[in-house]
Amino acid sequence: MTVTASPGPQAAGAALPRLLAGVGREVVLGLAEHEREYGTLWLRGPSGSRRPERLIDIVEAAGLTGRGGAGFPTGRKMRSVAGRGEAVVVANGAEGEPASAKDRMLLSYLPHLVLDGITLAADAVGATEAHLCVHRHEHDLIDGLAAAVAERRRAGLDPVPIQITGIPGRYVSSEQSSIVGYLNGGPAKPAFSPPRPHQSGVRGRPTLVNNVETLAHVALIARHGDRWFRSAGLPSAPGTMLVTVDGAVRWPGVYEIELGTGAGAVVALAGGPTEDLQALLIGGYFGAWLPAEVAWEAPLTQSGMRAAGGALGAGIVVALPGSSCGIAETARVMRYLADQGAGQCGPCLMGLPALAGAVADLAFQGGRGSAVDAIAALLPLIERRGACRHPDGATQLVRSAMRAFIADARWHDHCGPCDGVRHAPLLPIPGDGEEDRDWA
Amino acid sequence: MSFALNGPALWYATRATGLVTLLLLTGTMLLGIVTAGRFASENWPRFLTVGLHRNMTLLVLIFLALHVGTTVVDTYTSIPATAAVIPFVSSYKSPWLGLGAVAADLLIAVMVTSLLRNRLGFRAWRGLHWLAYACWPVALIHGLGTGTDRRTLWVFAASLGCVATVAVAATWRLATAARAGTR
Amino acid sequence: MSHQLRVNPIACRGHGVCAELLPEVIEMDPWGYPILRSAVIPPGLVPHARRAAAACPVLALMLERAQVRRP
Repeated sequence: MTVTASPGPQAAGAALPRLLAGVGREVVLGLAEHEREYGTLWLRGPSGSRRPERLIDIVEAAGLTGRGGAGFPTGRKMRSVAGRGEAVVVANGAEGEPASAKDRMLLSYLPHLVLDGITLAADAVGATEAHLCVHRHEHDLIDGLAAAVAERRRAGLDPVPIQITGIPGRYVSSEQSSIVGYLNGGPAKPAFSPPRPHQSGVRGRPTLVNNVETLAHVALIARHGDRWFRSAGLPSAPGTMLVTVDGAVRWPGVYEIELGTGAGAVVALAGGPTEDLQALLIGGYFGAWLPAEVAWEAPLTQSGMRAAGGALGAGIVVALPGSSCGIAETARVMRYLADQGAGQCGPCLMGLPALAGAVADLAFQGGRGSAVDAIAALLPLIERRGACRHPDGATQLVRSAMRAFIADARWHDHCGPCDGVRHAPLLPIPGDGEEDRDWA
Repeated sequence: MSFALNGPALWYATRATGLVTLLLLTGTMLLGIVTAGRFASENWPRFLTVGLHRNMTLLVLIFLALHVGTTVVDTYTSIPATAAVIPFVSSYKSPWLGLGAVAADLLIAVMVTSLLRNRLGFRAWRGLHWLAYACWPVALIHGLGTGTDRRTLWVFAASLGCVATVAVAATWRLATAARAGTR
Repeated sequence: MSHQLRVNPIACRGHGVCAELLPEVIEMDPWGYPILRSAVIPPGLVPHARRAAAACPVLALMLERAQVRRP
């Protein structure tokens, strides 16, 4: 999927674009242009007097939440890491979610926003070490980021040097405890918590792990303040976010929206549907399917999505046309997710392949009348029984598919595959050759 | 009955308790191997293997104490009490006697670390527990080396039986582990 | 003071000793791994829970003081 950040019609309101203000000609924004566009970065405020911890107050007041999928309040996370000795900041730019492109876009075209955020966070929590993690097979991305870091070093910008660290490319390797484990010299596999990274992370030190988009927002909040951040979005869900829109839309790409924008409005931003839609996948492969009529008005916020029976996840909206088969798409994703587990926990190691098999049976063989029940029986055996959220994401996806496509599911169960299974696959599944299969 | 401190009674007691210790230790080894190999049947639940393994080590300790006690108290040979845990302090039937102290030390190490398992953490505990595989053959060799009974057929057969059962169990364990893969 | 049980799913190898010793709370899934019917252990079962946790060959079952956890 091409990564195009549309500078064109953003959602209505003078609030936008914010993060994406510097994007225009698909050119990497160098340091000078970055400072021209967004303003200079002041660690101590323009007067030089602001205490480092003041940033945490401002971020907390702004109500920024994590943009990596979990939506945890960023200010609270920073506060739990600060003041406990030498901390470590880890910026998670390893976008493991195949349907997401926002982090790659930020890192490719607006690296200095993210790097500003890292420096600000490191200063605020008292970190002496900072990492920006991306998948290690992304050589172009790594080269570009290294160049940006070098540019900043020449300008004397980052008191704590930022290390660009390549991590293995597997789906669960971009989970925060996987990254911490890898930085500690082990395999990039999720760990059992407690302790969480903010208590004991890289080499036992308090570690702040934030998604790169979250840190980009921190960079702007530091410049403009919490009231500015809250002037967009909703009081309960303030600010803006990046969404990746794909599927049956005219202009797939990364867009910036205010939180609370309806999913239908987001599809309209991307040029509207190319054919009649049956459903939207919101949140990515650990998100949820919503029928088009339910999804259209649903606001893109954590609580709004939950209320609609979905999940916000990492801000992904994929439009499923009526000519596709949602069960087949889900089966393909499930096969990928089953293959991508770390293999550490029995219920996930055994359960995900069983679930993938059951969904594939339903999609491609027809269920002989029992597949829907078989799937329903497997779900409670898998969810919340792993050390990380990987199995939960998979079961959430399948549960939502069984709700959104229940009529199709019953039809498949009794009559066999529908015509839609022959439609070209819509959701991107990394091929076997493309990815890095190692853990260490 | 008077306690003859230098009669043959103590000598018999030493040899007998030594042999029983070895048999019990062998039993403990087998149960440990079976725990790892996850054997279970309708009449033999898993907790039985785990529980017996732990309780049998207490019996081993009791009989070991009797074995050591009768040896030290016996005035026919002047083996000091320290010889129980410090190898080669006594020159009597060295090195075979000394190996007994080595085995005893290893056994104590394994037992103490198992009692403190929760505090040690699983990985450290498991590494140390492998010392059991050192303890058992050393105890066996100690028995064969010091034992004046090794020419007695049934004692020799019993020792051979211990070796055979542990060998079979260890082979079975390796085979099941290989079949199950690296998990 | 109530207690709760937790399984470390990474350490768990599916030995199944826990389910034998605390069948009121722990049952086995089709693949041999424990499902905790409830995390909180009624006071009467705490000695059994303690025994089950001690019997786990890989120390994957933990008995702890119950804490109020944010979901």
